Amino acid sequence: MSKYTLNVNGQSRTVDVASDTPLMWVLRDNLDLVGTKFGCGVGKCGACTVHLNGVPTRSCMTSVSTVGRKAVVTIEGLSADGSHPLQQAWCELDVAQCGYCQPGQIMTAAALLKENPKPTDQDIDDAMDGNLCRCATYLRIRAGIKLAAGLTTAGHGGGK
Amino acid sequence: MNTPSLSRPVDRRDFLKFSAFAGGGLVLGYYLKSAGSASAAEVVKPAAGAEFKPNAFIRIAPNGVVTLVSKQPEIGQGVKTSLPMIIAEELEVNWKDVVVVQGDLDAAYGGQSAGGSRSTPNNYNEFHKLGATARTMLVEAAAQTWGVPAGECSAAGSAVHHAATKRTLKFGELVAKASTLPVPAAADVKLKDPKDFKLLGTRIGGVDNPKVVTGQPLFGMDTKLPGMLYAVYEKCPVFGGKVVSANVDAIKALPGVKDAFIIEGTANLGGLMPGVAIVADSTWAAFSARKQLKVTWDEGKAANDSWDAFTAKALELSKQPGASTVHQDGDVTTALAGAAKTVEAAYSYPFISHASIEPQNCTAWFKDGGFELWAPSQNPGGGQSAIVSQFGVPKEKVIVHLTRSGGGFGRRLSNDYILEVAAIAQKVSAPVKLTWSREDDLRHDQYRAGGFHFLKGGIDAAGKIVGWKNHFIAFGSVQAGRGGAAPALRAGTGGNLDAEQFPSKFLPNFLNEISVIECNIPMGPWRAPNNNVFSFVMQCFIDELAHAGGRDPLELRLELLAQKMSGNYDAARMTAVVKLVAAKAGWNPKKFPRGQGQGISFHFSHSGYIAQVAEVTVSKQGELKVDRFVCVCDVGQQIVNLSGAENQVQGSIIDGIGTAMFQELNLERGRMVQGNFNDYPMIRMPDAPGKVEVHFLSSNNPTTGLGEPAIPPVAPALCNAIFAACGKRVRQFPISRTDLRWS
Ligand code: FES
Ligand code: FES
Repeated sequence: MSKYTLNVNGQSRTVDVASDTPLMWVLRDNLDLVGTKFGCGVGKCGACTVHLNGVPTRSCMTSVSTVGRKAVVTIEGLSADGSHPLQQAWCELDVAQCGYCQPGQIMTAAALLKENPKPTDQDIDDAMDGNLCRCATYLRIRAGIKLAAGLTTAGHGGGK
Repeated sequence: MNTPSLSRPVDRRDFLKFSAFAGGGLVLGYYLKSAGSASAAEVVKPAAGAEFKPNAFIRIAPNGVVTLVSKQPEIGQGVKTSLPMIIAEELEVNWKDVVVVQGDLDAAYGGQSAGGSRSTPNNYNEFHKLGATARTMLVEAAAQTWGVPAGECSAAGSAVHHAATKRTLKFGELVAKASTLPVPAAADVKLKDPKDFKLLGTRIGGVDNPKVVTGQPLFGMDTKLPGMLYAVYEKCPVFGGKVVSANVDAIKALPGVKDAFIIEGTANLGGLMPGVAIVADSTWAAFSARKQLKVTWDEGKAANDSWDAFTAKALELSKQPGASTVHQDGDVTTALAGAAKTVEAAYSYPFISHASIEPQNCTAWFKDGGFELWAPSQNPGGGQSAIVSQFGVPKEKVIVHLTRSGGGFGRRLSNDYILEVAAIAQKVSAPVKLTWSREDDLRHDQYRAGGFHFLKGGIDAAGKIVGWKNHFIAFGSVQAGRGGAAPALRAGTGGNLDAEQFPSKFLPNFLNEISVIECNIPMGPWRAPNNNVFSFVMQCFIDELAHAGGRDPLELRLELLAQKMSGNYDAARMTAVVKLVAAKAGWNPKKFPRGQGQGISFHFSHSGYIAQVAEVTVSKQGELKVDRFVCVCDVGQQIVNLSGAENQVQGSIIDGIGTAMFQELNLERGRMVQGNFNDYPMIRMPDAPGKVEVHFLSSNNPTTGLGEPAIPPVAPALCNAIFAACGKRVRQFPISRTDLRWS
């Protein structure tokens, strides 16, 4: 066991864990930030996506010992109150079915929009390819990203 | 299960009896058989003037907040939003004043299993009555307050109004008075006319959406209790194998490990399977220790089974007559002999996993001789019963809290993981959460069974179908039959080709027969069980016969639907959705250039009549792109939540495409080969069609569910479109196994 001081959602958090512990389990078990989800553990579903210095990262594949002082942002820290345009769009279009994949979808999409505020359909498909949605809400995820980006005022397949 | 039936009429005497028992608290007659249950008593406890609680599902606070209990498990099918909407509609409460809470397992709520797309039809009428009864009491309370006849008052917008004097009392202001009133007899409760619905049929966002998008704890996996430990459970990779020995002492010495032990288990493939448990102080410590685990297994009788051997066996069986007849009309042999043309085809599909995105997990605490569980389950009552019979504890000592589930698709109707965590909890004196890895989930599922169909069909000179024969080779095991019939080799879940499966009873010369291959693979219901594969076989073979006879696939289908002979299939409802989907899609397969195609299909299951048209592009290199899907659904009179209903159908279509295109588990040496999403591909965004158009056709029939019935027609519409595009007939799942190149 070793002590690691992490910068999570703007706060300094210290944990005492095995050095090979994936960041995902540190967030979930040690820091009670359970919005970061376990889906596969091998980097293939995207449910565990967080931002490391703004880069969307699979936290299941990231050992706590490699994080250092990089800024970790989780879904809980994306906005103070659920007001990020993607979070609002997701509610507006009723994107989720089970909802389990959606924090990871939103984190990947948030990184996309930061890099590329007006993505094309192809840009969206390329960026979101690593995030599985078993309930297959892909149409509304696409629509949600476009709504948040101001590319549409309503999406196909959603709306309150 | 000894729970009251939701369809039970209000029994006034039950009400009075129980009402007296409960000290005069306010209850409705529904859900009263469970008078002894602790939480039912809690529900009817006099509210001390605090809240109006007309029944187990509704609480109205003096500040006007209306709390509605959602009793069904929420697995992504949207019931936590849609069922409370029904109560709210009748109650005349503004949706913004409603808070929905998840109910635990409680006999006071009636049945709580979410399966078979039954949550809506099983509760629709009763939920209307619950809301209407409470509304009637609030109106009565206002009328008494004003000293006017109740008939002059009406409820709307979370308040009661007296139009003549323009007086209004908000629901919150009526709580105290309403709590003193008797529950009206069912005959005195008037349900709303559907034409006056304000909420049903509109788009309402999921009640948990704000929590979902901010990552708040909701799911079973998110459960955390003080002092909780973390467990993993290793089972034999060969189904039914037992533990001979394991290095548990070495495991116990590893960092963070609190305990490790062998669980003997049972031979029940859906029950507590034998295995080795590791309990640690964190999930990662348990996962890490598991890598050091060495188990000697007795792999048992299935150790040499393989998909290849099963396929060879199916071919061999196909050459013999079926072991039993499913349904027969006329004389198919003579009809096929006299046909102008016959077509033979063999269809097959592999075993697949549910692969719900949240791996199986459950938290349990064994204390005071009983269990308390936090379960992401579709079937919490089944979990409770399984624990009662496995561990011999009384039912009232098994408390089940329901969490949200990260997908279900039928997987969480089986309670194997609940039994496992209970067995582990019994040995540790702390709450413990069991977490399956994705590999556990794919290699120890209750699988969608594979199957083989050997078909022969005949057409006359006009292309009309004159004979149809299908020899279905299913998977199964030796088991007792229904009603205590002696053990015999019987098809497992997924092998129920019944006599109502279209085109059964639509063709004068018809034979469906079945043979069964014995296996030791756990099989369970997978979203629209049986139907999700039978539709592929039947609707594609109809297409083959249409093309063989030079007939338009739509026109031949309408001809078939017009010749119903017997049975419960509503051919008129199906004809209506087929015609509408053709119109909405602009059915005209001839207009597409080579490399593009349009395909049609329809299917009835889970009370829903669904028709779909697919449009695809297949490149000369054989790459498949799904361009468009159009779907028409008749699920009765009323769509409850338009947003949720449409989401289910869109999701079903994309799930159906992905399952057909990619999914396959291979069995070698008795074990499933694939283990994670690297070798078990799921559909991703780039493969989802750009256009999915969903239409609902309201019919004068009971309102039914949408979690399942839209998935069966997807694969055949897709495969029929592929044939239209490139002339390649897909007869095997996954589609990726068929070479679609053309020149
Ligand atoms: S859990 Fe990290 S990618 Fe699946
Ligand atoms: S909403 Fe269920 S997995 Fe995406």
